This record gives sequence, C-alpha cells and structure tokens, in this order.
Amino acid sequence: MIALQHIAKVYEVGGQPIYALRDLNEDIGSGEYVAIVGPSGSGKSTLLNVIGCLLRPSKGAYLFNGEDVSQFDDQALSHVRQHQIGFIFQSFHLVPRLTALGNVALPMVFAGIPSSERQIRAQEALDAVGLSDRADHRPNQLSVGQRQRVVIARAIIMQPLLLLADEPTGNLDTHSGQQIMELLESLNAKGLTMLVVTHDPKVARRANRVIVLADGQIVKRIKGEELTSGSAPFF
Amino acid sequence: MTVMDLIRFAGGAVWAHRLRSVLSLLGIAIGVGAVILLTAIGEGTRYFVLAQFTQFGTNILAINPGKTKTLGMPGVLGGTTHKLTLEDADALSRIPGVEAVVPMAMGMGRVEAEGRGRSVNVLGVTAAMPTVWRFAIGQGEFLPAGDLNRATSVAVLGPKMKRELFGDRNPLGAIIRIAGYRFRVIGVMEPKGQVLGYDLDDAVYVPVANAMRMFNLDELMEVDVAYQSATMVDRVVGAVRQILIDRHHGTEDFSITTQAAMLESLDEIMRIVTLAAVGIAGISLVVGALGIVTMMWISVGERMSEIGLLRAMGALPRQIFLIFIVESVMLSVLGGALGVCLGMLGAFALTLVLPGLPVFVDEQYLVLALLVAIGTGLLSGVGPARRAIRIDPVEALHAE
Repeated sequence: MIALQHIAKVYEVGGQPIYALRDLNEDIGSGEYVAIVGPSGSGKSTLLNVIGCLLRPSKGAYLFNGEDVSQFDDQALSHVRQHQIGFIFQSFHLVPRLTALGNVALPMVFAGIPSSERQIRAQEALDAVGLSDRADHRPNQLSVGQRQRVVIARAIIMQPLLLLADEPTGNLDTHSGQQIMELLESLNAKGLTMLVVTHDPKVARRANRVIVLADGQIVKRIKGEELTSGSAPFF
Repeated sequence: MTVMDLIRFAGGAVWAHRLRSVLSLLGIAIGVGAVILLTAIGEGTRYFVLAQFTQFGTNILAINPGKTKTLGMPGVLGGTTHKLTLEDADALSRIPGVEAVVPMAMGMGRVEAEGRGRSVNVLGVTAAMPTVWRFAIGQGEFLPAGDLNRATSVAVLGPKMKRELFGDRNPLGAIIRIAGYRFRVIGVMEPKGQVLGYDLDDAVYVPVANAMRMFNLDELMEVDVAYQSATMVDRVVGAVRQILIDRHHGTEDFSITTQAAMLESLDEIMRIVTLAAVGIAGISLVVGALGIVTMMWISVGERMSEIGLLRAMGALPRQIFLIFIVESVMLSVLGGALGVCLGMLGAFALTLVLPGLPVFVDEQYLVLALLVAIGTGLLSGVGPARRAIRIDPVEALHAE
C-alpha cells in the first residue's frame, strides 16, 4: 500500500543542505503493523510526515495506494489526509473548547458530512473506543488515557486506510499506555494498516515489523519479537 | 463545511474566550455607539434649526447693506457707498408679486415704565412685520400702517418684556420711555420663543422711523421682502437687484439673501458639523478595528497547534481562512450591535437628562453602522486569517 522509492528530504540550514532523509526505500503492505524506531534526529518524524502526506519529499517517489502522491498539489494531499489517513499524536491535539463528541466529529465537519450523520457516527466511534458515557466531557475533564481514546476515535472516524501514531503512549502511564496499544492493535486486527513511531522498546516490540532509522536511512529491518532490551542503542 | 458549521465553530472560539472577546469588541461598540449618538444629535439639531428658521416663512428674502458673497456680517467688510434707506424699501414694495416689505432698524435701549426698567433690543419695523415674520399679536394691535417715514410714538411689547414691566396688569395705553423718548403701548405680541438663543419675546417694536431717529441711524439694517410664491423667487430677486442698483447709481452695494438659500446653507453647515463629528467618532471605530486585529492576531498565534491539527485532518487553507474571517466578523458585528444599543440608549438618556436637546436617531445610520461593522470585521480578519493559512502544519503540530 505504501511504496517509498529513493525518498530524500533536504532542508537548507544556513545555506548548508541538511538531509533529514536520504535515499530511503521501503514497502509497507496493507494491514501491516510497523514500528519505526531510531535515535533523536534520525528522521523518524520526517518520515512519518512524508508518509502522512504533510511533507512532500525533495526527491523520490511515494506511491500511496498506487498513486504517486509526491506529485500531488496541496489540495489533493489534503484530500488524501482527510479520507485515507488517521493521525494520533503524543500530545493529543484535542480542541479544548469542544466536547469529546465535537472533537471526534471535527474531521467530518471539514469533509462536509451533514450534522445529523456526524452526531451518529461520532457517537459510534466513541462507543468503539469505550467512551460512550464521556461524549459531553471536554478534554480537560478526561484522564490522559481517555483523551488518547478520543484521539483514536477521531483518527478512525473517516474510515482511513492508514493509521499513523507518533509516540501514542508518550504521555501516558504504563497501564493506560498498555490499554491504548491494545485498542490500536484491535483496530489493526480489523485490517487497518498501522505505523507507530516510538522511543519505547516495549511498544516497538509489539509490532510485526520494526524499521530502525539512523541519519535519515533505514539501517535495520527486524521482526518485533526479535527486538530485545539489548537493542537499546536503536532508541 | 456549511455556513452553519463555520458560525458554530467560530462562535465556539469566540465564546471560549468570552471576556477577551467582549473587551476586544468594546472598541467597535464604543465607535459605533459614538457615531450613532453624534449623528442623532447632529440630525436632531439640524431639524431643530431648520424648524426654527422656517417658522418665519420661506418666501422671504433679506436685503442687507454691503456686498457679501457668503453668510456673515453684512456691512462689516467693504464700505457702503450708498445707504439702504426707507425710500429704497418703499420702492421695493411696488414690485409685482411682492406682498409686503419690512424695513428694519435695530438698537439696544433702556425701556422704563412705572419705575421699572431693562435694557432690551428695540426693533424698528413696520405694520407688515407680523405677516412677514409670522408673528401673532396677543393683545391690542400692532404698529399702524401708513407712511414709512411717519414716526408715531407707539410701541408693541414682546410678551416677556410686558411681564417684566407690567406683571399681570394691562399695559395697553400705558406710557413707557425708550432711551428717554415717550411711547404709548398699543399691543403685546404672542410668545414666539427663542431662535438660537436669541429671545424674540424680550424685545420692543416701534415704527422704523422712530428707531432710526432714536438711535441716530442713517440707514436700515435690513429690508425683508415677502413675495407670494416660491416660483417667483428669481423674478423678485432680479427686480429687487435692478431697482436697488438703479437707485444706488449703478453700484451693487447690498446683498440679497433668500430664505431658501439661507436654509440651504444652514442645512449644509449642519450637515458638515455632523459629518465632522462622525469623522471624529470614526477614529474610535478605527481604534476598535485595531483591537480586533490584535485580538485575532493573538488568537491565531495561540491556536497554532489547532491550525496544524485541522490541516492534518485535511482542512483546506480556504476553510481555515474562512474560520478566522467569520470569527473576526462575528466580533465586529457583535460589537456593532452592542454599539447600536449603546448609541440608542445614550440618545434616550440624553433626552431624559436634557429634554431641550433635539435628538433624532435615523434608521439609515443604524444600518450604515452595522454595515461598517461588518466591513471592519472583514478587513480586520484578513491579516490574521492570511497568517493562519501560511502556517506550516508540520511546525504547527510541534508547537506547544
């Protein structure tokens, strides 16, 4: 579903080119569960933003679902993000003045889905993440675990093909982190392709496949269960 | 995204910062309120002044000595070579279409009766004065008609004058002294009130020839000519000018002001005064707009991560732009509406505190004020909204 071919991302800093990604090649199939790990500055976030259609690569081709989205204009990329990709952020990015239901319904507002349908679908999504009775709560009235559940409900509301999670458990305690990962994995089990960027070996180990990045390149591809605590240098 | 969604989303943002929103829209509210209040006072005053002047009738023209092109003090600038005399006035009364001519001379004199006295305006006029100026006689009769040059020693009192000198007693037939000269009171005017602070009731009317002699005047201050209908104004003005030029040996050393022209220029002056006041109030509207720009600018800065999120979930720059524009317009329209309320409340309060002050709230200014508020909101929103759509979503998502 995702094919990255010779992807490079270059930034100019003080006239000097800085490579965030260099000649990166990778294929990710539909329904896969992949963790991306690597030390800070290895290009994890840049890679996630490229895959999430928030950044256009400087070089190379990015085939998403068979289309070369690296050639898309901003509006077409917005459309891909809106309909095909769900984002989960470490710091939630919930709109504080909206209720849980309002936050979950937000992507549908911009997609032009009628209000009555939004209500029903948002409530269903909240039911699916186990927050049926929290629909009227604002983010600051929810625990961090509950907040991340709202974020997940929002990410899946447009029924995307791909779920991108950037440190989904980074702000959570161990217990609720565990629950969130289980929730995400249940979504993956239903066929949703999932990419998780993480610093946490315990999270990465759960994935089917782990991609290790360093200096903007993939330095290692291993199975999740092969990841041991001895692989700490990757993080 | 429907209009309803936009309003709901932007409204939520405005409501989330209620206090801040109210403070930022207060500037617009005060600006709009000031415009409405000042136009109300301005328009009210304009109608009031016009009403004051039209009460003398509109088919009048005034001739003053000296040549002036604008309203002002006739005769002060430029010397008069030929005097405006009673004979001139007499000649004018023979123009076809002219109903009456009132030559006028005026002076300030001490009026005494039965040991009481006060200094008032003494107006030398003729019998036609009540008709031309639309004054009514309350008691007795006005000055006798007849030869303009005849100085009969009779006087008519303004109602205030009568009250001051005679109280409730009947003044008819009483002898008063004006600047030392003896006059017999033959009538009392109906109250007429004040015109622009000048009390018409506190005056004494005597035959113009008496006034000229008493105050040692060798020319008239003004000659008022009443004509039959507005349609003949040009013809009458032409005839007056021709006759007076002939009588003054070919020089036009007088000025003719028709009441219509005078009303027009008064109207014009009042309009300019109102506009100037509105202009000053408009400055506070600009300050109010700046308040909204500032508030919106801060709001965009604070909502970086929200903007990043919206972009990530596929919101188009156009939609983000609209959100902030709608927010800005919402603030300014709320401000405008509050301003309209404040302005009308202020106008109402003024009529309670100062019942004499003419206040007139014109609906067209209310509509205009709201339109200006909407325009202000649109303009104030453009800068911040453009800033919002230029934000890079990747950076915005990492901004905390």
